[in-house]
Amino acid sequence: MVDLTINTDVAHQILTGFIKSEVTRVGYSRAVINLSGGLDSAISCVLAVNALGAENVFALRLPYRTSSQDSLDHAQLIIDQFKIPNETIDISDMVDPLIKRDPNISNLRKGNIMARVRMIALYDQSEVFKGLPIGTSNKTEILLGYSTLWGDMASAINPIGDLYKTQARQLARSINVPAPIIDKPPSADLWEGQTDENELGFTYDEVDKLLYLLVDQRYSPQECIEEGFNEKFVTAVITRIRRNQFKRMMPPIAKLSNRTIGYDFLYLRDWGT
Amino acid sequence: MFNGKIRAMKLNLSLAQIATKLGDVDANLEKHLTYIKQAKEQKTDLLVFPELSLTGYVLQDLVASVAHKPTDDDPVFKHLLKASHDLDLVVGFVDEDARHRFYIASAYLSGGKVLHVHHKVYLPTYGLFDEGRFFAWGDSIRSFDTRFGRVGMLICEDFWHASPPYLLWLDGADIMLFSSASPGRGLNDKEKLDSARWVERVSKAYASMFTAFVAHCNRVGFEDGLLFWGGATVNDPNGELLVQGPYFEEALTSVGLDLNQLRRSRARLPLLRDERTALVQKELDRILSRG
Repeated sequence: MVDLTINTDVAHQILTGFIKSEVTRVGYSRAVINLSGGLDSAISCVLAVNALGAENVFALRLPYRTSSQDSLDHAQLIIDQFKIPNETIDISDMVDPLIKRDPNISNLRKGNIMARVRMIALYDQSEVFKGLPIGTSNKTEILLGYSTLWGDMASAINPIGDLYKTQARQLARSINVPAPIIDKPPSADLWEGQTDENELGFTYDEVDKLLYLLVDQRYSPQECIEEGFNEKFVTAVITRIRRNQFKRMMPPIAKLSNRTIGYDFLYLRDWGT
Repeated sequence: MFNGKIRAMKLNLSLAQIATKLGDVDANLEKHLTYIKQAKEQKTDLLVFPELSLTGYVLQDLVASVAHKPTDDDPVFKHLLKASHDLDLVVGFVDEDARHRFYIASAYLSGGKVLHVHHKVYLPTYGLFDEGRFFAWGDSIRSFDTRFGRVGMLICEDFWHASPPYLLWLDGADIMLFSSASPGRGLNDKEKLDSARWVERVSKAYASMFTAFVAHCNRVGFEDGLLFWGGATVNDPNGELLVQGPYFEEALTSVGLDLNQLRRSRARLPLLRDERTALVQKELDRILSRG
């Protein structure tokens, strides 16, 4: 029915070209990346290595004290396999003071704090290493808003944001991301036992097919239902996409003047380069 | 100009699929002059650059600041017109008319003169495109005479519509020069992006249906997340692919055209001879007068 197969050679050629072009044209030659041990950051990291050379990529491991050992080990697999300069910074000392202020703090708030502290560490190392932060958000999570605003969504450029999770997995196989990273259940690892698919309530395989019809093929909700998708599932996913539009935009500016940033002051980021 | 003189029967055609700096006309002019030098060394007769080759593509609010006039007192065109004494040139630029309307334009330069300027007549303003917001719509489609015969130029979306190539054909064009800034899109399991497959398919179709030479020069390089895919092509009057440039990287792609192929193809397949233009006109009149 829905075929999400991609030509991974073409994807690799375009995405490494994108990283090389967009990093170097602003005067940089290096990249920094938060290597979580998960699939998406592994892919972005290997693409950056293939685009810029391993010596020009700086991989950060940023564990919190409850992070799983698997996450650290899997990040290390990438570092060892591709011989990437790296550093490990335990973020517990930065995260805990904020968490301890409220004994009733929710997992969601804790997770958001961790994601945003990691962003701070990533951007700080960006200055130290003189490298641009490379994004690690895939199309599925961007559409569903399954991410932390100004946290794991923060980056200078994002090479994998137009690949659904199931497509990212195909690319991972083709660029030799180690099998344990590809095969394990996706998780933000913000609390013990968390998995994306449990939290979301559906599988990436299901939702990617639905998103492809809704977004890429412009199917109406009714047409998706006629294609065999459960009506509640279709409605829930559409609601998620709509409610999370704010995460995909810069904050709107209230218009006062005749020329306002975001509305009628229009230039690409690559202006002049 | 043709002017009834015996025209050249061979044409060394080169297509320069370059990357541009967005909004930096001076830097882009330098690149043009470099490619012109290289093409001249290869004895190129006609060198084609892509759409908006002097400016970059997603110009948005840069449009007014990068506009030029194709005249010999223009600081950019004076260099290109001088170079056109050595070889004919097609360059892409933002043309500003006397009343300050801005057009996506291609100029054909030869012997120090501007033989023709085409203003893009179809401005895509949908999907990822927003040209109609920033540019004026061209309103003519004309072929013109060159030392190689009669030529027609179209820019990107112009040839996504069937009528502009058809009009050029009826207006005498035997060589169609298409230029593009086509962003790559439509990744699936195939070896080529959807956008590349589509453009290659229609270029070949026009060459076949119009028994004409059809050259396509598309730029390369990124602008933010958009990748222009290159892949310049030349198809002959039999619809056969003569040469193809690489995808995604800068290249000068050259081929010698045997213009006598027009005669041989049309002797075999007289589609031009048999085209019933009066019937087309009659039916168009009927269709358009329905109200």
